[in-house]
Amino acid sequence: MKKVEAIIREEKLNDVKKALEEKSYWGMTVSQVSGRGKQKGITLQWRAGEYRVDLLPKLKIELVVLEEDVPAVLDAIVANARTGETGDGKIFILPVESVVRVRTGDRNENAI
Amino acid sequence: MPISAGDTAWILVSSALVLLMTPGLALFYGGMARRKNLLSTIMMSFAIMGLVGVIWALWGYTLSFGADKGSFIGGLNFFGLMNVGTEGSDTYASTIPHLAFMAFQGMFAVITVALITGAVVERIKFSSLMIFSTLWVTLVYAPVCHWVWGGGWLGGYGALDFAGGTVVHINAGVSALALVLLLGKRRGFRSEVMEPNNIPMVALGAGLLWFGWFGFNAGSSLMANGLAANAFVATNLAAAAAGLTWMIISWIHHRPSLLGTVTGAVAGLVAITPAAGFVAPIAAIPIGFGVSVICYYTIILIKEKLHFDDSLDVFAVHGMGGIWGALATGIFASSSVGGVSGLVEGNWSQPGTQIVGILAVAAFAFAVTWILGKILSVTIGLRVGSTEEMVGLDLSQHGERAYGGLLR
Repeated sequence: MKKVEAIIREEKLNDVKKALEEKSYWGMTVSQVSGRGKQKGITLQWRAGEYRVDLLPKLKIELVVLEEDVPAVLDAIVANARTGETGDGKIFILPVESVVRVRTGDRNENAI
Repeated sequence: MPISAGDTAWILVSSALVLLMTPGLALFYGGMARRKNLLSTIMMSFAIMGLVGVIWALWGYTLSFGADKGSFIGGLNFFGLMNVGTEGSDTYASTIPHLAFMAFQGMFAVITVALITGAVVERIKFSSLMIFSTLWVTLVYAPVCHWVWGGGWLGGYGALDFAGGTVVHINAGVSALALVLLLGKRRGFRSEVMEPNNIPMVALGAGLLWFGWFGFNAGSSLMANGLAANAFVATNLAAAAAGLTWMIISWIHHRPSLLGTVTGAVAGLVAITPAAGFVAPIAAIPIGFGVSVICYYTIILIKEKLHFDDSLDVFAVHGMGGIWGALATGIFASSSVGGVSGLVEGNWSQPGTQIVGILAVAAFAFAVTWILGKILSVTIGLRVGSTEEMVGLDLSQHGERAYGGLLR
């Protein structure tokens, strides 16, 4: 089992979510995060003059899938989160030791 | 003169309008602070509504409007509202109850002190601010108010100030600058990102200020008459022209900014304040245009060139806006409106008279504020500790936070 953590642009959430749905990946946790990478930030305005904001709002999608499903999930996210500009985000894949479904107590593969 | 029902109704309503400007200012300033200082910034204005409201009735009004002592300060004949009753005053606004005049003037004292707080937010110690406010309204506001409106030397000299460009805005703006120099920068000024926490709140505050300013300026006619209508229209035009101008300047530099547009509207209201009952309404358009250009580039000068942390631009908007307004009154005054001609009608001396008023009030306000601030700074201290500042003034000064916890 693997956990896929994808940091994506806020405006790409709907496309990514739909693509994952079409491949029957329903479960996910989405949170609002701030971060920075090569995009380095954006310029905003004070009443007069400008300032740089270097931590930008992004969304983090987390989903846990079977190891053999990882390539399909990655394809769906990359294809739908990409613009080609800096700031498109990153995806991390982590091993998951065990999973428990709270309602039934099911474990691991049965709980995904 | 007998009490006029129309005048009384208008001044009572105007007093309430001016009162509402201070909560408006609280939101205007609060939205620009960082989230950890939102309540503290709002609290400063509300605390001053309480503090100055009480002081005004006890000794503020009499020092401002009591029987003249040496053209400098009022006497104590109205101490604790003695001799201030439901009949008209012999000296001021005789067609409305003296109490109504006192109340109207009190709202000006409240907002003037509250205006200063924008320069010192996010780092001033609350207890010091309360002591400072008590001393400042007594030793700076009351004398300057007396000089201009209470029968003191400056009004007698011929300096024009219809609704408080000098008494309120130059006074507050220059005092704010003196405090900034004593207090120093916020931690992280120009090195960390300091984002406004809620610009819609700033816009709401600006809206309340614009609304309340009709009472401030048109109410300063002290009668429900044509002059009030003149001031009303001039007030709206100046805010409109200045908001529009600031929007265009921000558009030229970057994008049309909401924070900029509402700041411009407030700057326009500042600039028209001394002029509203002396200039034809149409003159409010160049006055509003000029103030946005001046204030915009003053912010750049103060913050980006001189690196003074006048946090919410009180000197730039109220100090410089008030100075431009006072000068513009001397330029655009029309004898058919307020009985005095300005430069455009060939009265070359009026701008000079205005400059004397500007310099006198600016010098007095700066010097006395500096001394008061210095005394506080070496005794109880003006600033919070660095940990308190980093945690934020909401928690460290008030034990409250603006937004609740994890559970909705």
